[in-house]
Amino acid sequence: MAEPSGRPVFKPLLRYVRPHFRLLLLSLLLASVSVAAMLYAPILVGDAVDLIVTKDNVDLPGVGNVLIKLGVVVAVSALAQWLMSLCTNRVTYYVVRDIRNDAFSNLQRLPLSYIDRTKQGDMISRLVSDIENISDGLLMGFAQLFTGIVTIVGTLGFMISINFKITLVVVFITPLSMFAARFISRNTFKLFRRQTEARGELTALVEEMVGGAETLKAFSYEQESEKRFEEQNQKLRSVWVRAVFFSSLTNPCTRFINGLVYSFVGIIGAFTAIGGAFTVGQLSCFLTYANQYTKPFNEISGVITELQSALAAAGRVFEVIDEPREQPDVPAAVVLDKVSGALTAENVSFSYVPSVPLIEDFNLNVAPGQHIAIVGPTGCGKTTFINLLMRFYDVTGGRITVSGLPVRDCTRSSLRSSFGMVLQDTWLKTGTIRENISYAKPDATLDEVIKAAKAAHCHSFIKRLPQGYDTPISDEGGSLSQGQKQLLCIARVMLSLPPMLILDEATSSIDTRTEILIQRAFAEMMQGRTSFIIAHRLSTVRDADCILVMRSGHIVEQGTHARLMEMKGFYFELYNSQFEV
Amino acid sequence: MLKLFRYLKNYKLQSVLGPLFKLTEACFELIVPIVMAKIIDVGIAEGDSGYIIAMGGVLVLLGVLGLAASLTAQFFAARASLGFGTELRRELFAHINTLSHKEIDRLGASTLVTRMTVDINQAQTGVNMLLRLFLRSPFIVIGAVIMAFTISAKLTLIFLIASPLLALMIFLVMKLTVPLFRRIQAKLDKTTLSVSENLSGVRVIRAFSRQEDEEKQFRKNADDLLSLQIKAGRISALTNPCTYVIVYAAIIVIIWFGGVNVNIGGLTQGELIALISYMNQILLALLAVALLVTSMTRAQASSHRINEVFEVTSSVTDEGNSAVTPDSQAPAVAFDNVSFSYHDNEEYALKNITFTAARGETVGIIGGTGCGKTTLVSLIPRFYDVSSGEVRVSGANVRKYPFRQLRGGIGFVPQKAELFRGTVRENLRYRKRDASDAEITEALDIAQALSFVKEKPEGLDYKLNGGGKNLSGGQRQRLTIARALVGRPDILILDDSASALDLATDAALRRALAARTEGMTVFIVSQRVSSIRHADKIIVLDDGAVAGIGTHEQLLASCGLYNEICLSQQYSDSGKGAGANG
Repeated sequence: MAEPSGRPVFKPLLRYVRPHFRLLLLSLLLASVSVAAMLYAPILVGDAVDLIVTKDNVDLPGVGNVLIKLGVVVAVSALAQWLMSLCTNRVTYYVVRDIRNDAFSNLQRLPLSYIDRTKQGDMISRLVSDIENISDGLLMGFAQLFTGIVTIVGTLGFMISINFKITLVVVFITPLSMFAARFISRNTFKLFRRQTEARGELTALVEEMVGGAETLKAFSYEQESEKRFEEQNQKLRSVWVRAVFFSSLTNPCTRFINGLVYSFVGIIGAFTAIGGAFTVGQLSCFLTYANQYTKPFNEISGVITELQSALAAAGRVFEVIDEPREQPDVPAAVVLDKVSGALTAENVSFSYVPSVPLIEDFNLNVAPGQHIAIVGPTGCGKTTFINLLMRFYDVTGGRITVSGLPVRDCTRSSLRSSFGMVLQDTWLKTGTIRENISYAKPDATLDEVIKAAKAAHCHSFIKRLPQGYDTPISDEGGSLSQGQKQLLCIARVMLSLPPMLILDEATSSIDTRTEILIQRAFAEMMQGRTSFIIAHRLSTVRDADCILVMRSGHIVEQGTHARLMEMKGFYFELYNSQFEV
Repeated sequence: MLKLFRYLKNYKLQSVLGPLFKLTEACFELIVPIVMAKIIDVGIAEGDSGYIIAMGGVLVLLGVLGLAASLTAQFFAARASLGFGTELRRELFAHINTLSHKEIDRLGASTLVTRMTVDINQAQTGVNMLLRLFLRSPFIVIGAVIMAFTISAKLTLIFLIASPLLALMIFLVMKLTVPLFRRIQAKLDKTTLSVSENLSGVRVIRAFSRQEDEEKQFRKNADDLLSLQIKAGRISALTNPCTYVIVYAAIIVIIWFGGVNVNIGGLTQGELIALISYMNQILLALLAVALLVTSMTRAQASSHRINEVFEVTSSVTDEGNSAVTPDSQAPAVAFDNVSFSYHDNEEYALKNITFTAARGETVGIIGGTGCGKTTLVSLIPRFYDVSSGEVRVSGANVRKYPFRQLRGGIGFVPQKAELFRGTVRENLRYRKRDASDAEITEALDIAQALSFVKEKPEGLDYKLNGGGKNLSGGQRQRLTIARALVGRPDILILDDSASALDLATDAALRRALAARTEGMTVFIVSQRVSSIRHADKIIVLDDGAVAGIGTHEQLLASCGLYNEICLSQQYSDSGKGAGANG
């Protein structure tokens, strides 16, 4: 968990709360009304009790009047409480929605460099649980804190107005419960940390043993794994029992202290009453207060912990929202249309980290319809190429032109839509197969979708699915095989068929027979289209017009297959190693 | 939830004593208002300070006793609930271990992990709450009503009306909001999915310039979530004010009729105050119940999910099997007209497979994705049972073997290179628990893993992180191969397990396997012709059926599909010649 690093949290938060400012004020007002009325009720009960003394000493009309008053006060308090909840809910949920929308919207515009270096799980927890934390802790917490403080101050005021001395008893004994709670929590903290550790250990073991159940079965390892599990299980039990026991002491202890307050108020109150300075009704009222007084204290100490974690969460969320966006398109950006397919790279240099130059002084001249192959061992930086072509990253020096236009002067969306891209990791969206194929063109007709699917050779398997093209894809395509997913990604490109293509190892996990069919389709698709093909299979790139050979981020060789083989350099080595036995 | 209570059986005493002490505490608490009433009616009315002090002492004593009772209750509740959780966890883990691949595939490993962790914790918390708190509230309510009855039978009627009314109100609010909260959770899950999808698909989304549509979808979901939250909030915000109103309405009625009663001498002032106190106690107890119900619903849902796993029984079992005497004359592995489908009434994944593998033979299996290669080798260690036909190992049907004997003779290298936390040595001892360092080193050497293990300063004591994440994919694969080789199994199965190796290492591995696995029957599953080209027997699979069996040369002459595969990989002897030059 990243520290909020002292970044201002309140100011940006205020930005979201401001539109609801009136509602927030109203909710605070209602809270005050509700609490005041709620605290006034025991006094009225006391007044009523004082009018009911002994046999034939009851002022029934007086009692009636007090009770009517009490009824009104209770009604006001309840109504105010309900309205207050509605106001706080409204403010909270609206603010949270706006924050979440803004965070998501910024996510869509953040530079790829930021997204590439962010852990997915971390980003998800920022956009989901951290924002939930803001709503629970910061906004609801604020309301609770306010109510708590009003209750404490109000109770004090009411008690002092009745009897100062007995108030002192309550004021001095009550904080004991807070100390007790603090004392217990400080001591259980260590236990809880050990319990969390032990639990983490056990979870890791379960993940490993259940996640790897099939491997373990292969080695008949069931008994051993059960033994190891049980050992950890017992270890967890012994720390957990202690942690649960000690933490469960809080409630009985505070209740005990509450009981003490009650007893002392009772005793001292009774003595004062004998002296005549205190009525029985006032005593009953005090007893109610004594019972309620500790509650806001305990609540407040809980709320403060929550507030702290909510502040940290808010810091993490605003980090995402305030992260600078991708540089916008230049003001007079051209919309690329009628792309010829000509592409040049002129003195291009690029690096992810300024201190580690990757591509330097790179030149390439692609005529419309030419096929460029990029080869090299895994991790040699072939994807860097895609990043630059698609402008996921901008070059650090030189320029790339498409149809003679520098890509920097074009809108990103028109540049990107002139490329058809099939990436190595097949990404499909939750939705139906049809929605996925028509991703580039949501209004495509079913005929168009089927045509694209047929061209990508996935029509036959889609047809066999129970719901055909309306089959929902869930869990990033979990129910489909890797090959089938890749076919769908190809169909997605087939539908729009832009003038230029980027094919990134698109056929690597499709079985060889399907691959032949795919290659046939690719060949058709590539006809007359400028194509960049990235593949491990050297056979697929032999026919390329130009081959770029990459090694640890650098382009080391460049030329046709025949020329590169003649050079007997890195490409030569790479090509031959494929057939080594 | 009730079904799971059997796991409390070893903690019967604790689970009875816990609530019992809790009830004792509640009793003490219920006596307090009566004592207070005495202080008012006797102490104050008669000005008897001695009496007040005595009764005050009783109050403090009640507090102390209550504290002691409640601490004891917490202790037993913690013991019982944690004991429950621990036993449940052990049983569920053991149960999962009995499940076959078929059930694990169906349930999914991640689901099982959640059941084992989150759900059991939830159920455990539920039991703890139940023992500690749940019984307390109804008891306080009932106790308060009874105490009220001892004071004034007539006024108790008010309690008898108010209590069910409160319960009804809480029930109604729950009934209305629980489905809403479930829908809210679904929307939140969708938000999570949406964010994760947009992160993993960022390049595709931007390539198609669909950012704005994605945002629109996200906003729509956010709006749905908002309106659901406001709707649910409107109802659940009613709970507290309503409880408050009902309780105070009851108090108003009590005071009125109490006043009337006092006036005619049927009730004292102190007793009236005691009645009011009891009403207040009911209020506090019920507010606690409202909080509890949420976590009990959650525990209930978790218990249901845990039971679901318990209800799944293994379809493949070795129960009642005793050790088989292998027939040394029979082939190491024989498939006799085997057909197999993963689910009943589904298309066959394997159809009429018949072949034998002699002792010491190397068998290559090749074919497209999804043609049944992995399925075929999974039947040898009996991960699944065949639908028809018979798989024999050393002459005996695999169904006759105890798992330990059957699988003990097989070294299996799965497609996914799965390693476990612990040292290299510990990981290599999964097949043979007492393997010596010499045996381990030999296995590492054959698997081409010795050099990189030696490079680590800790050598065999090098610690692997979960899943072996501190090694490269190729290194992990080589370790899984070594793991299967330790103790020289009779049968070695390599299920496409060299895919992450570079071509030179792959070749070296194949050479080492060929030279140093004398007498071992080896199955190599691969998509690469070069990996299986030198096998004694190559099985070509096409859509679950055998398309050809024979050596490389025989298949080139007779099997069209094999030729097609070779052609697509440009595998020819001329290619091999080029390799010899380099």
